[in-house]
Amino acid sequence: MTAVEARPRRSRAAPAFVAGYVILLVAFGVVPTVYAIYFAFTDSGGAFAGLANFAVGAADFRFLPAIGHVAGYLLCWLAALVVFVVALALLLHRLGARGVSRTLRFLYYLPGALAGAASVLVWLFLLDPAVSPIGFLLRALGYQTFGQVIAPGNLPVLFAAIAFWTGAGGWIVVMYGALNTISPEVLEAARIDGAGAWQTARRIQIPLLRKWIVYMVILSFAGGTQLFVEPQLLSQASVGVAGRDYSPNQLSYDFAFQNDNVNTAAAISVELLVVGLVVAAVFVVRSGFFDAD
Amino acid sequence: MIRRNRAVRAAGLRPTTALLAGLALVATACSGTTNAGDAKDGFTQAPQSDGPLTVWVDSTRLAAAQLYQKQHPAVKMDIVTYDGDANGSNYLQTKVSLFNRTGNGWPDVVFSSQNNEATWAVTAKFAAPLNKGLLPQSTLDGWARNANQPCTVDGVVYCLRNDLAQTVLWYNAALMTQWGYQVPTTWEEYETLGKKVATEHPGYLVGAAGDTFTPEIYLWASKCGANQITGPKAVTVNTTSAACTRMASLLDNLIAAKSMSVSSVFSSDFDKNEADKILLMPGPSWYGGSLFQGTFKTPKGQVGIAPMPHWADDQSPSAGNVGGGTWLLSAHSARLKAATDFLTWVTTSDDYQGKVAVGYPAYAPAAKTWLAAQAASGYYANDVTGPLQAAAGQVWPDWGYGQFSQEAIWAATVTPGLTAGKTIVSMLPAWQKSIADYARSDGYQVTG
Repeated sequence: MTAVEARPRRSRAAPAFVAGYVILLVAFGVVPTVYAIYFAFTDSGGAFAGLANFAVGAADFRFLPAIGHVAGYLLCWLAALVVFVVALALLLHRLGARGVSRTLRFLYYLPGALAGAASVLVWLFLLDPAVSPIGFLLRALGYQTFGQVIAPGNLPVLFAAIAFWTGAGGWIVVMYGALNTISPEVLEAARIDGAGAWQTARRIQIPLLRKWIVYMVILSFAGGTQLFVEPQLLSQASVGVAGRDYSPNQLSYDFAFQNDNVNTAAAISVELLVVGLVVAAVFVVRSGFFDAD
Repeated sequence: MIRRNRAVRAAGLRPTTALLAGLALVATACSGTTNAGDAKDGFTQAPQSDGPLTVWVDSTRLAAAQLYQKQHPAVKMDIVTYDGDANGSNYLQTKVSLFNRTGNGWPDVVFSSQNNEATWAVTAKFAAPLNKGLLPQSTLDGWARNANQPCTVDGVVYCLRNDLAQTVLWYNAALMTQWGYQVPTTWEEYETLGKKVATEHPGYLVGAAGDTFTPEIYLWASKCGANQITGPKAVTVNTTSAACTRMASLLDNLIAAKSMSVSSVFSSDFDKNEADKILLMPGPSWYGGSLFQGTFKTPKGQVGIAPMPHWADDQSPSAGNVGGGTWLLSAHSARLKAATDFLTWVTTSDDYQGKVAVGYPAYAPAAKTWLAAQAASGYYANDVTGPLQAAAGQVWPDWGYGQFSQEAIWAATVTPGLTAGKTIVSMLPAWQKSIADYARSDGYQVTG
């Protein structure tokens, strides 16, 4: 059987495989996005409003603090993500015993298998010294009550920890897979040249992982700017003491449902979309993400 | 009114995410127009049809809906529990806003633990007018004076108050006698006793200031003008007057002396470490049933009740108020007869309000039955009728019911500072600014 004969069958199968994704993408990605853009540039009566909705959002007293909160959170989270995910993936890869490596991969992935909101709930109990299984640790750090744990200064670190716990496992598995694509001959050559574990990681593995790391950062950045579930649940659990109006996404939610201003809510979500796209573009261009190997 | 514990509240998840909003928006675009109904009883009524009566209640009011179902087995009911909008969670407004877009889904009757729902439910065209034909005036006249004031917009009643939440002074009668203390009648005596307790019986408490409704207990009773609603969209805020600062200083002094807790009475650490250390506790009428009897399981005959203290130089004693839930009837209901029957029963019946409800009924005849039942239960160390009835008429009227949640504002602005060791007095200006900011974001004219 030649390649020429095989081609028609492949081209029939491909659209069928992609169709499921495309339909969902259009229904739950593209249509809502277009609808949000329409709302962002119109007023409540549907007339063109220019940038008025963006101005209302930016002038709100909660807007700048929310940007600041998310910036702090992203800093903690992305740094933790890149450092720990890469380090843990490298460690996994070096583990000789296959059984141990497989078990650890499964364990890393496990928290991510909990639905987002449920895993945040786990943390709400974990962070309350009165009921937490690690209450002794919190008390040793000087935290006697839940209120002290969720002090405003602690929130970026707490949210980053929650997000890491729920999201990093999947990335560790992805990085581990990427490490397996590195040709054994390259690693062998490095070893013969006298490179130790550290040198191999720094000069061979991490440079070859660069695109995967960029990919992780792009997706995580976009997800991180949309921070919502963690502060929203914490806000409910702490009866509003911490986490209220914490992120731009929450502010958008409040505009829509508390201030009855869907248009400004849409404007804020369009801003988040633009920020995500711009940052992704910068990373893609700077890293040569789409360059052929 | 009941505050639910943290675990329950946390479990009452709000279905969130932008996806839901996106879905709703798409659904709006796709949904057709509904049939125009008839104008009757002061609003345009939806075409009436058979089907289950949908009732939304919080976990505490579930007993009311279930009792009604038991007594009226012929009524088909769909009972849904939700967080009751506790602590200003805004769940109901969010859902109604979505239902308004999709054009269906509204509950027929809904309970809210918040008493400011009319501020948005009227403009959202959700709340049906109740005194324009749905309920006879003779029934409405049975509510305690001013009880339905938070429900009234331009003379039209849009919701019915479930319970009054006037504040009183709860105390441990056994300990007071044992230690030879007098129940304070003025705030000055209260502060003195608080400091005395701190030295003579360290660890014991004369109050708690860590709840979101702390300002409604102490600052409202002290006539602090933090929340003076002067018009449908106008509020006067002044948190630095003498009425505010002297109460804030009192709280600061007792917090420093450690006889005033900075934990929420519903927090796990209060329940674990401080619940058995309560000597005095200013708080709303529903503390008796829900906090002492319910959460803390305080034994019978221990809890006494006294009028809220007042400042020695104040000739007209005043009380605060913490909530007092409300019942709303949907203007979109297709089962108005069944909904009105349920609403009337749940707010006025002796079977529920008089005998089962945890809070002081807002409907006066039921309140008589309720007080008699409390007295007959023998749970309290003294007569509850006098102090509760007196306090019901002493709630300071200049603290209003705005659309913005005073509880949520206090929680976000003052509580973290309190936990970090700042004084309340030092945070009063920040509190004022926060109230003004949130009020303006809801379209209020703010003067201060």
